[in-house]
Amino acid sequence: MKGSAALKQDAKADSWRGFQPGDWSSTINVRDFIVRNVTSYSGDEKFLAGPTQRTKAVWAKMQPYFAEERKKGVLAVDAQNPSTMLAHQAGYIDRDNEIIVGLQTDQPFKRAIFPFGGLRMVETGLKAAGFEPDAKVHEAFTKYRKSHNDGVFDAYTSEIMNCRRSGIITGLPDAYGRGRIIGDYRRVALYGTDRLLEAKRQERAQIDDMWPTDEVIRQREELAEQMRALQDLASMAKLYGYDITQPATNAAEAFQWTYFAYLGAIKEANGAAMSIGRISSFLDIYIERDLKEGALDEAGAQELWDQLVQKLRIVRFLRTPDYDALFSGDPYWATECVGGMDLDGRALVTKSSYRMLHTLYNLGPAPEPNITVLWSNHMPPAFKRFCVKVSKDTSSLQYENDDLMRPYWGDDYAIACCVSAMRLGKQMQFFGARVNFAKALLYAINGGRDEVSGDQVAPRTMPVTGDFLDYDDVMAKFDTTMEWLAKTYVHAMNCIHYMHDKYFYERLEMALHDRDILRTMAFGIAGLSVVADSLSAIKYGKIRVTRDATGLVVDYQNEGNASTPQFGNNDDRVDQIASELVTRFMAKIRKHPTYRNATHTQSVLTITSNVVYGKATGNTPDGRREGEPFGPGANPMHGRDSHGWLASCLSVAKLPYKDSLDGISYTVSVAPQKAHLSEAQLIDEATKAFDVYFGRGGFHMNLNVIDRETLEDAIKNPDKYPQLTIRVSGYAVNFVRLTPEQQRDVISRTFHGQI
Amino acid sequence: MSTPQALESGSRHDLRTGASPDAPDEDKFKDEEGAFGYCHSYETSSRYDGPGLRVVLFVSGCLLRCTYCHNPDTWHLKDGTYVSAEQVLRRLGDFAPSLRSLGGGLTISGGEAMVQLAFVKRIFAGAKAMGLHTAIETSGFLGDRADDAFLNTIDLVLLDIKSSDPDTYRRVTGRDIAPTLRFAQRLASIGKPVWVRFTLVPGATDHPENVAGIARFVAPMRNVEWVEVQPFHQMGSFKWKAMGLDYKHHDTPPPSRELVSRVIGQFRDAGCNAR
Repeated sequence: MKGSAALKQDAKADSWRGFQPGDWSSTINVRDFIVRNVTSYSGDEKFLAGPTQRTKAVWAKMQPYFAEERKKGVLAVDAQNPSTMLAHQAGYIDRDNEIIVGLQTDQPFKRAIFPFGGLRMVETGLKAAGFEPDAKVHEAFTKYRKSHNDGVFDAYTSEIMNCRRSGIITGLPDAYGRGRIIGDYRRVALYGTDRLLEAKRQERAQIDDMWPTDEVIRQREELAEQMRALQDLASMAKLYGYDITQPATNAAEAFQWTYFAYLGAIKEANGAAMSIGRISSFLDIYIERDLKEGALDEAGAQELWDQLVQKLRIVRFLRTPDYDALFSGDPYWATECVGGMDLDGRALVTKSSYRMLHTLYNLGPAPEPNITVLWSNHMPPAFKRFCVKVSKDTSSLQYENDDLMRPYWGDDYAIACCVSAMRLGKQMQFFGARVNFAKALLYAINGGRDEVSGDQVAPRTMPVTGDFLDYDDVMAKFDTTMEWLAKTYVHAMNCIHYMHDKYFYERLEMALHDRDILRTMAFGIAGLSVVADSLSAIKYGKIRVTRDATGLVVDYQNEGNASTPQFGNNDDRVDQIASELVTRFMAKIRKHPTYRNATHTQSVLTITSNVVYGKATGNTPDGRREGEPFGPGANPMHGRDSHGWLASCLSVAKLPYKDSLDGISYTVSVAPQKAHLSEAQLIDEATKAFDVYFGRGGFHMNLNVIDRETLEDAIKNPDKYPQLTIRVSGYAVNFVRLTPEQQRDVISRTFHGQI
Repeated sequence: MSTPQALESGSRHDLRTGASPDAPDEDKFKDEEGAFGYCHSYETSSRYDGPGLRVVLFVSGCLLRCTYCHNPDTWHLKDGTYVSAEQVLRRLGDFAPSLRSLGGGLTISGGEAMVQLAFVKRIFAGAKAMGLHTAIETSGFLGDRADDAFLNTIDLVLLDIKSSDPDTYRRVTGRDIAPTLRFAQRLASIGKPVWVRFTLVPGATDHPENVAGIARFVAPMRNVEWVEVQPFHQMGSFKWKAMGLDYKHHDTPPPSRELVSRVIGQFRDAGCNAR
């Protein structure tokens, strides 16, 4: 009779049957597994299959929930049990027909609470949704247990509090999960939790001899937490009747194991963005093996994708109204990356890249998972064409430039949230929302006073004194303001992430990382195009200021050349100002040391906060009126990119990625085609247009193919458009679930006539 | 003269990239023919005005007064901004690599592109030097002015033939049709690629005989690659209103789908490649 060790050995040999062995067989190395085993596919989409009966049955069961949710918002919350991997019993939607199982709580659409992030957020969220906070939870988190939120506010300075209040720095993850960490969920499928635990034990043993500095002690504690998390994950799977301590032996198990790992993560953390990574070409390897063995057919393969995606469409977190104003429509950025190339120049496009996109037809368009095409100009033309077709039909895809990112992040990175690239299992980010760059410019003009409240927020400096703005004078003052802002911003971020690690550590997500990883600290700016246009107006026009009784500059009139250059027209006079601002602010951020020695990065991204930021910001010298939304992300201001999409996207493509390594978001809306082109020609032309934009260094493209009339009709008749999906800055959203203000903002954006 | 709407901040008029807006171009005036001209605006992403993606430059000045014109703000030369050909070409250069990749090029429209012949010629020559495809959209009314050297800088002519009937033509445009027909024949004789454009205005140009006349005229011309039927629309009416002009088509509806099909059918029946 064999010993248990030998049995386990056999089990592993069996689960890895038919795979090309390599470094991955003896170490934890998913990337190596993929490049040795992946089957690139360069054909077209004709092989794809429709949804199975089982998929349709599960989907039908989910529809009433969706409809109810559109009416009511939050359907149910478990207010008693703080979420952990083991807080809830197994839950199902339709047990007979679900082939991928696992819910966040014991019922679909029932949300969980995460008081470790902050109790106030939980209680505000509950009340806003019409539920009562639980007395016991309240007692536990006021009397016995401190939260991340409490910790951060212990460490904040009054200056940071002022910045938070005035809205020059907002959206900071100081009361909720920071997110933007992607566990390498594939590891669970490939290795099973036992092997991963073994690797963690080895990593731990290696630092036993190290002198216990803060960092070493922290690492030991974190590794212990990670190991506990892996054990809990295995116990969670057991609730559903699965043993994931061993590797997956076929495609269905590989899907289930990977999903369990992701599910564990969203039970443990309520990060703003909980991305799933880059699973399609990994899981394709298992599908290919099953197909070869005759254990699966195409309908079965598609069924796995459809059912996994069904699960990814119903992730829900309890948020507050303030949070919804920043990130509306209940997004969670279950971002999944498809496509891209490997370092040897082979396309990582597989049949499962197609299958993932095909879920948008089988289940209809939807914002989640946030499907992200890693666009390389070298990808097979058939796949490029299919992507464009899917965009045309669903407006549900975003595109990011693999040729730009691969030299930085290799060929096994994924996108967290909208535009943040990170190597899977080897890198994480300290998320930092963004500063209101337009407000910073106004602070510079007003000597550090807030243009709305009149309060002295930034240190007192010399305000602009004359009646007209002088470019060199304003730039010098703005430079000083940026210096202060960068320092305050890094300061706040260090406090936040120190406390997040301490009180709300993502033990499972980090268990699916190596011990020694690259940490980035991601800063961000909102309102870049407003600032660039304002500085251009100051430089090329003649801006007279209007002051109120207290001497505060509250308005601006251009008495000179009315036609000052505006960002979004491929005009170097202003595009260079924008690029230079990105570089300049990044340089200032880099001056200040970060918590855990994280690498500073920056994004030009707003999500939907461009509306909130605009609302909180006074008149700007570019002619934008108080309260008017900013352009989203790196977009030109609405309507100012008046020379067509080519000019608009060439401006955005100039922004330097090296100084905004956390991404540059650009959203384009084009009307459905009216030119004399057949659909095939149109798709070919659009494909070429993508190659041009990305070839010129463009980083990101959110593409909407829709006309304004449809959106206006959807505002009037929301019930007609339950699945109308549009891309906003960095994510997709159900249009009918946006706030009225945000809907108006989307409609007022530039619609280009054609691509 | 009224100020065209688009002169507002960030307008499409702004071609003066690289120059300080305060510096008058006249300072650099070299008195070369066509070194300067008047441009109304430009657009970078058209797919209608020639093959591939087009930068379309609208120059000002037109001798016709079409009753349904959608750019009445380009009629007068000085409706445009005074710019140098050099600046136009520098601006075009910003887009040239992308246009080449997209198999596109430059289309000059108006106004009437041949009013400022030397200026336009200089720009086309510069565009050819950048390796771009060139197209001109014209009524052909000034076709006699186009010498062979000029035509050599142009790859495609988008020729607007508004009517085949001299009376209709005069009623709709205020001018004589003969120069346009003469120009069309000359283009045919030298084999210059042409897309004929016909604006279908209900009640003005939609008479079957009118259409049939154009079809008969165009059908034998082997150089005509397409006959494009352009349905009338009301998108230019606000300009008439803003400029205080007497607009005769307030109540003209866009042609129905059936009418458009009938007209395209007429062209096809005559042997034209119509769309």
